[in-house]
Amino acid sequence: MNAPLSPHKLCLSSRIALSGCEGRWLSDGASEVGLCDAISQTRLGGLRDSLAGLNLLIRTQDQLSAALLLIELDGAAKRLIVAPPDLDEAHLPFVIEDGAVDAMVGDLPPPASLGVRHVPLCPSQPRVRSSFAPRRSEWVMFTSGTTGRPKMVAHTLAALTGAIKPGPADEAPIWGTFYDIRRYGGLQMLLRALIGGGSMILSRPEERVGAFLTRLGEKGVTHLSGTPSHWRKALMSPDLHAVSPRYVRLSGEIADQAVLDNLKAAFPDAPVGHAYASTEAGVGFEVNDGLEGFPAAYLTRVGEVRMKVEDGTLRLCSGRTASGYVGAAADLQDADGFIDSGDLIEQRGDRCYFMGRASGVINVGGLKINPEEVEAVINRHPAVRMALVKGRKSPITGAIVVAEVVADGGDDSLKREILDRCRAALPPFKVPTAIKFVEALAVTPGGKLERRVA
Amino acid sequence: MTLRATIAAEMQTVAAQQTKTLAPLTDDLVLLDCGLDSLCFAILVARLEDEFGFDPFSTEDDVYFPTTFGDFVAFYERAPQPA
Repeated sequence: MNAPLSPHKLCLSSRIALSGCEGRWLSDGASEVGLCDAISQTRLGGLRDSLAGLNLLIRTQDQLSAALLLIELDGAAKRLIVAPPDLDEAHLPFVIEDGAVDAMVGDLPPPASLGVRHVPLCPSQPRVRSSFAPRRSEWVMFTSGTTGRPKMVAHTLAALTGAIKPGPADEAPIWGTFYDIRRYGGLQMLLRALIGGGSMILSRPEERVGAFLTRLGEKGVTHLSGTPSHWRKALMSPDLHAVSPRYVRLSGEIADQAVLDNLKAAFPDAPVGHAYASTEAGVGFEVNDGLEGFPAAYLTRVGEVRMKVEDGTLRLCSGRTASGYVGAAADLQDADGFIDSGDLIEQRGDRCYFMGRASGVINVGGLKINPEEVEAVINRHPAVRMALVKGRKSPITGAIVVAEVVADGGDDSLKREILDRCRAALPPFKVPTAIKFVEALAVTPGGKLERRVA
Repeated sequence: MTLRATIAAEMQTVAAQQTKTLAPLTDDLVLLDCGLDSLCFAILVARLEDEFGFDPFSTEDDVYFPTTFGDFVAFYERAPQPA
């Protein structure tokens, strides 16, 4: 008998092959690609071998192309940097510098002024046998919620797939996700489908939730995941009945009891689980008892993931955490090897609850906002002396952005001027939904604005 | 102003602020088709909380997510009003 293969050492194509590619597919409605084709064809028009050992930035218009490139280039590239859909072109020079990018691959060509090599997408054709020895590619994802220079986090495929357990062999899951697979949460679902014996339905840019639900139903989705905000939107759709998943999953934001209860009522036969994960700390844990928060006993569990609470925030240590930041000096881990998630925890009885971010970062439907970025825009108005931007709890998007402003005067026209500046400088979800003029704002002994979590 | 009229007026305000076109508000109008996105609904619920002094999404034990404009109004009408 042969020694058992250690799948964690194999590249993504091999792991797909190992789980059997026949009859499996990726679909985004516009096209559908069989996984046997995905691991045997190339979209790089004969240039694949020339990319071996290079640092590549994958930047595409749609998710399906990105997924196919990741399958094709894992094991070839030295570093695979996955550009999120909203990566600002103005930040490309930083990404190229920090990531030591040798080439950009995809159907979004870089501005010529960058002088970086671009490899466009070609029609699929059979791959020729590679002339290079397979290597373990480094995967790089972007963190959200940073202003200015984007922060990149390095992972190995083994760390990214560490939480994925083989499912029952007889039931090939059909995954669907409201996420974009170019972010950590969505990539988790893609990898689950690819190495867990399943297929996957991807959403398209600008696709309406009703149309996506209908398509998910037609393709027979069995496992469906999204953020609590995604799910609240789906729960408001008359097309929700188009799907009848066997498993419902939430992550990326705090799952409150209302959304959990509504999903349980909508899908009485499906387990509803919420998972805790972050780009830096990887997949932490899953909660399957239908209740918000997590059992305090998790904090003392011995296993693949160890957790502790220090200074009020949750810290994790496991083989699934990121290897480090790319191009930055900052340490990811403390002396004991734990990563500070920055998520505030409050224990009540034998349950722990998430209380928001220690940094004051506001999470609006999964999109993160640094209050300082919005405050800077408000503070540029000559009549403004000081501004505090914070989250207000929302049952629809988790939070919305509100501002308290100390200003000379404080009438509706000043409010309008401030909001006009914000709308001109910021995407809609970062613009304060309400401005309140106050006499003063509390400052800490250290001279910083006091940020209390709402 | 009736609760329904207040909700309709607030929807108009939010739509105008967020430069969205609001569909004519009838009871069977599907909320996801009314022209407002999730962010608009989040703002709407916050504004209604300031206006009415309660937010049925956060205070009701039996929260459900309304599908139509009629459901939405009924959800607010059914919620116990603060004294």
